[in-house]
Amino acid sequence: MSTELINLTVDDVPVSVPKGTLVIEAAKQAGVLVPHYCYHPGLPVAGVCRMCLVEIEKQPKLAIACATQVAEGMVVKTQSSAAKSARTGVLEFLLINHPLDCPICDQAGECELQDFTFQEGRPATRYSPVYAKRFNPVEDFGPDVLYVPNRCILCTRCVRFMEDVAKEPVLNVSERGDRAFIGIHPEARLDHPWAGNVVDLCPVGSLLSKDFLHKARAWELDKSASICTGCSQGCNITLDTREGVVVRVRPRPNLEVNRYFICDHGRMSYRWMNRGDRIEAPLVRRGGELHATDWDEALEAAATLLRGAARRGVVLASPRASTEALFFARELFRARGGDWRGAFQVVMGEEAALAAVPNLALRAERAPNARGAELLGYGRDYAAAVAAAETAAVLLVLDEPEIAGRTQGALIYAGTVLPAGGRGEAGGGGGGARDAQVVFPIANVAEEEGTFVNRDGRVQRYFQAKPTPGMARPAWWVFSELLAILGNGDGTEARVATAAAAFDRLASSVDAFRGLSYTHLGLAGVPASSTVPVPA
Amino acid sequence: MSVTAHPTPAGTEEYQPVFVGATLEALGEILTRYPTRQAALLPALWLVQGARGWISDRNMAEVAEVLGLTPAYVKGVVTFYTMYHQHPVGRHFVQVCTTSPCNVCGAEDVVRALLEATGANELGATSPDGNWTVIEVECLGACGFATPILVNDDFIESVTPDKVPDLVRKYK
Amino acid sequence: MGYPHKPHPRETVVLSRHFGEADARTYKGWVKRGGYEVLAQALAMEPGRVTDIVKESGLRGRGGAGFPTGLKWSFMPKEKNKPHFLCVNADESEPGTFKDREIMRWTPHALLEGSAIAAHAIQAEVVYVYIRGEFTEPWDFMARALAEANDARVFGAIKIYLHRGAGAYICGEETALMNSIEGKRGNPRIKPPFPAAAGVFGMPTTINNVETLAAVPQILKHGAAWYKGLSLSSPKSTGTKLFSVCGHVQKPGNYEVTMGFPLKDLLYDLCGGMRPGRTLKACIPGGSSVPILNREETESCLLDYEGVVDKGSMLGSGGVIVFDDSTDMVYQIMRLARFYAHESCAQCTQCREGTAWTTKILERILSGRGTTADLDLLLDLSENMTGKTICVLSDSCAAPVVSGIKKFKSEFEDYIAGRRKPVMVA
Repeated sequence: MSTELINLTVDDVPVSVPKGTLVIEAAKQAGVLVPHYCYHPGLPVAGVCRMCLVEIEKQPKLAIACATQVAEGMVVKTQSSAAKSARTGVLEFLLINHPLDCPICDQAGECELQDFTFQEGRPATRYSPVYAKRFNPVEDFGPDVLYVPNRCILCTRCVRFMEDVAKEPVLNVSERGDRAFIGIHPEARLDHPWAGNVVDLCPVGSLLSKDFLHKARAWELDKSASICTGCSQGCNITLDTREGVVVRVRPRPNLEVNRYFICDHGRMSYRWMNRGDRIEAPLVRRGGELHATDWDEALEAAATLLRGAARRGVVLASPRASTEALFFARELFRARGGDWRGAFQVVMGEEAALAAVPNLALRAERAPNARGAELLGYGRDYAAAVAAAETAAVLLVLDEPEIAGRTQGALIYAGTVLPAGGRGEAGGGGGGARDAQVVFPIANVAEEEGTFVNRDGRVQRYFQAKPTPGMARPAWWVFSELLAILGNGDGTEARVATAAAAFDRLASSVDAFRGLSYTHLGLAGVPASSTVPVPA
Repeated sequence: MSVTAHPTPAGTEEYQPVFVGATLEALGEILTRYPTRQAALLPALWLVQGARGWISDRNMAEVAEVLGLTPAYVKGVVTFYTMYHQHPVGRHFVQVCTTSPCNVCGAEDVVRALLEATGANELGATSPDGNWTVIEVECLGACGFATPILVNDDFIESVTPDKVPDLVRKYK
Repeated sequence: MGYPHKPHPRETVVLSRHFGEADARTYKGWVKRGGYEVLAQALAMEPGRVTDIVKESGLRGRGGAGFPTGLKWSFMPKEKNKPHFLCVNADESEPGTFKDREIMRWTPHALLEGSAIAAHAIQAEVVYVYIRGEFTEPWDFMARALAEANDARVFGAIKIYLHRGAGAYICGEETALMNSIEGKRGNPRIKPPFPAAAGVFGMPTTINNVETLAAVPQILKHGAAWYKGLSLSSPKSTGTKLFSVCGHVQKPGNYEVTMGFPLKDLLYDLCGGMRPGRTLKACIPGGSSVPILNREETESCLLDYEGVVDKGSMLGSGGVIVFDDSTDMVYQIMRLARFYAHESCAQCTQCREGTAWTTKILERILSGRGTTADLDLLLDLSENMTGKTICVLSDSCAAPVVSGIKKFKSEFEDYIAGRRKPVMVA
């Protein structure tokens, strides 16, 4: 797209957009949403639903806004009587074979057929009840996708996604005329690693997620912007919660990272956020046993351990922890001039690219913040760090249940759950979380605000989607409190009240983040300035 | 809401590929006509129908493999074109034009006569002897010679009900 | 099977001169009749010169739209940096039209010769002749003629291939035809891009109807001025046109007359008029997609692009469907709507749903259960189906419905009021 600007008006609102822009996109900039179904900015234009018909001055026929490029001086009228009546006509045609089963449809409440019918549809149908409606049985398309053909409006977004974006044309339009439906070959399955996107793309309740089936009505959901923790891609997502329970993960558009899509691995990786077996209170070891206590005692106990530790510490951190938590964990040693060593380990899996989108894949590295950990000086030599932990004065473990090592020093564990394995148990042998002197209950990604740095060095914010259980607190808060307790008058004693402030502390002391703030990051994130190379 | 799983493909007998020997050679020649392999899809489907009489899901999967397409894509195309049979049909497949120009010239009487004379009795059904399937089709493009019918690849013009019994006899 | 009739004295046989002569189908027979002479001359000419001659002749597309042929050719890029293609539209499927079939059955070489000349004019190296799947006989004649002509090496570097359709009316729409050649569903494409910029395989493409191309050798042979002179009325409609006449006339068939010929004379003189005791009720002059004319309009209509428009219809493909006073117009309009419902590609909402709904309403009227509101509804649906979709199939369904209700309303009302016995079961 060239940088040449074209001036036009949409419903009398003047806009200037780059040459080549489609009228439907120019209209968005004028604050006008032209009703549409088949158009989706992430898919090739089909121009088939005919819903986005608008009037363009000096053109004899109505034009579809999704396939018409802007021209200088163009006057677009989306609300002219001709355009409105054409769209009302399309809605009427779309509804004649529609079952109108909104009360049992998962899409109800977030259905574009409902929305636009409410907006500009006819109050009643003229389709005689004598005429049969098209009927086809529900089809099982794949691991997580059901097709309800009776609700389908043949917009073909799903077909185009599989054909043009996933490059695996496993769906088709079958038959023709009013007999047409979305088809699949009997020997084929809609099991592409990115297939779940067809459910999001479907503007009606025709493609359904089995995982979300009948789980909630759309209007019961609270939505929070978040970042997927499934891999190092850092796809922007929305966490849908109902009564404090995460029930669905959907992509949140970010043209720089994931465009409009997320993979099924990420989509399905949310149940752990709702785990019930959480540590809900701080624990301290008394008489060989861990006892629940309050934050004051637990923090003081940890501070005591750290003070006596001659500042030799090892941090074994999860690459799923927030950048803020990783920062303060490190500062517990580093800010006090200590000799510290931090490391993380990453679970690896198979990579699965989305064929037509450059630089978008389910990454082999299944962690959201390995890059952030690296920028903060954590190393990938986990085994060596585990070995070093044996002789360290303090071993701080941040939500890393897989501690294979042991330590002669003190063990502080901050985590969401208390993993099995401990002294005397198989696989334990001294390094397990159950052997810790102090255990801090911390929030998971859905329960706190924070940032991750994706594999390309993009710093991105995630927001709190549900309350923390019991007394759990964000890890950054725990460590910053601890640091303040240990503080020695050089600024480290200052308390940090918010995640934003935690990030500011980080930004003021780490070059890669210098100059950044939550305000800068916004909802889409920005690249960190670091030049640390991306590991192969 | 009922959920229907896809039926497992019928039969366990080993699939006999269509594209071997002369048919494969014919496809090879067809491929030289087009800049893409995909373009050979319609001709390839004609070859399958010529060889097998109809196009099964398994055939579609074979065509897909031969042309570098997916079975679902091929199925989408097969179901678009009405001349491709997705089910077995009678040995003699009869298409009768009943669109308006032929309709006013008595095409529906020709259909009735054919259903009776062939024993197919019902549109789209196959006669008990497996010999005949009769369907109504839209315009065959020979409106001046009402009523035109196609018996397999034989295009027969000016069929009237009284000519039907002889015509049917000829194919027995 | 011989050609049904000897030329009528009032016919001007240019394209149909050799219809009925089996020998003309052979390469030798065609050469004996002077065939392939102008092809050799044309191949030696500058491509642009060939286009200019066709432009001068005033030849317009005979498939339905009537777009000036030379002008269409001139849209092709002059600077050639991609392969160019010519598509020959032999997917003749418009109800009432059967002229291209006749050209391919009797004079396949005329089409091949015209195609090669056109390919030269637009600098195409490959020609695809898209023949509808049901045309088994024309296919055989074309295949034989092509093999003979290839053996005689008359096409120079131009390669001509036949491509068989498989049962889809919509593939007669130019971009649907291109998709079909590419091995896709025959879905019409949104334009732009137009075929001359990105047609078949995304390359510059021209697509012409069979009859259009068959006329090209004659134009080159006799000159543009000669062709232009073949006109009885509007200077914008030149040459001869094959009219396919079907339905209720004594002698249905193809008749070739000069543009501007009176429709009345075609029906009553050349075609022998109505059957004994019958009178003309209605006529669809340009294939089923154009508005229906009543008797008065029919009998005063001149057959050229402008003349038919004057009467509120279109020349279309030149498929003339004749209905006499025995015709149940409601039933025939239902049959036409059903045709479009059957053939809708399913892309555009108005067409996919509208053609089927229209058919259902007409069927209900025919079953005696229609209401007066149904007629207004049909007109309103037709309005919503006109001018709003990718191609004109939806408009084509609306045309006979709207004109039918307008001109034969009492027949609809008879069914609705119960004055007429239902002919369908709801």
